[in-house]
Amino acid sequence: MKQYEVTFIVDPVLSGDEAKATVDTYISMLKEAGAKIIHIDEMGLRQLAYPINRRNSGFYYCVEYSIESGEIINKMELSFRRDERIMRFLTVSLDKYGVQYNDDKRNGKIGKVKTKEEKKAEKKEERERRTAPKAKKEQKPKAQEVVEEAVEEIIEDVKKVEDTATEVVENKTEETTNTDNQE
Amino acid sequence: MASRDDIKFLSNPKIGNKRNKYCRFRKYGIKYIDYKDSDFLKQFVNEQGKILPRRITGNSLKYQRRVATAIKRARHLALLPYTTDLLK
Repeated sequence: MKQYEVTFIVDPVLSGDEAKATVDTYISMLKEAGAKIIHIDEMGLRQLAYPINRRNSGFYYCVEYSIESGEIINKMELSFRRDERIMRFLTVSLDKYGVQYNDDKRNGKIGKVKTKEEKKAEKKEERERRTAPKAKKEQKPKAQEVVEEAVEEIIEDVKKVEDTATEVVENKTEETTNTDNQE
Repeated sequence: MASRDDIKFLSNPKIGNKRNKYCRFRKYGIKYIDYKDSDFLKQFVNEQGKILPRRITGNSLKYQRRVATAIKRARHLALLPYTTDLLK
């Protein structure tokens, strides 16, 4: 028994019932040929990446089945081609990893890929969590603040002294230049 | 003479730092690449929808081939565009 997976896009202009009817015809076709339907995945109405037959969206369906011989695939693809309601189709044979993957996906073991924006949002949340406890800590050490204030006062005093010292020096230099000129 | 702090780098100093590339499929044990998962496949495509080369993605040859086929299948099913601008 080999597993296959057929994905196809149904015309979005059809009503929901009509779309379901088309899908059902193909599923019954598979069942008649002796295939065992494993899973039918309705991916729903999706936006197409590029227009097909002047349509910008389509109903995606993915049917997974296992069958002994692959003769039915040719028949099914022929009827897909003849069917105007089917916009695109793709049949793929699954290897053991593919089967495993689909099983895991159905059981919810495989998550979605996170986009950059989602990752950024998560990081922001983490940061907020980290900063929140820090803010509480900052309030505690009051002694440090007192010390800092004292240090600032000392620095200001030192600056004043320095200013006066430079003024004195400048005055002296001016005097010396004056005397030079006189000579 | 300019002091040590005034010296500016003529080239970006980070350019020389090589970041080790690795194959994420081998590292994380991903065995199957789903062609229906367009968000995942977008990581291996540039803004114009072209498949990125191995020297940028760092994939091993085996998985680069599988990524390429998965992207091509996704394109056929209009999950990914053949060509666009500003895909990301």
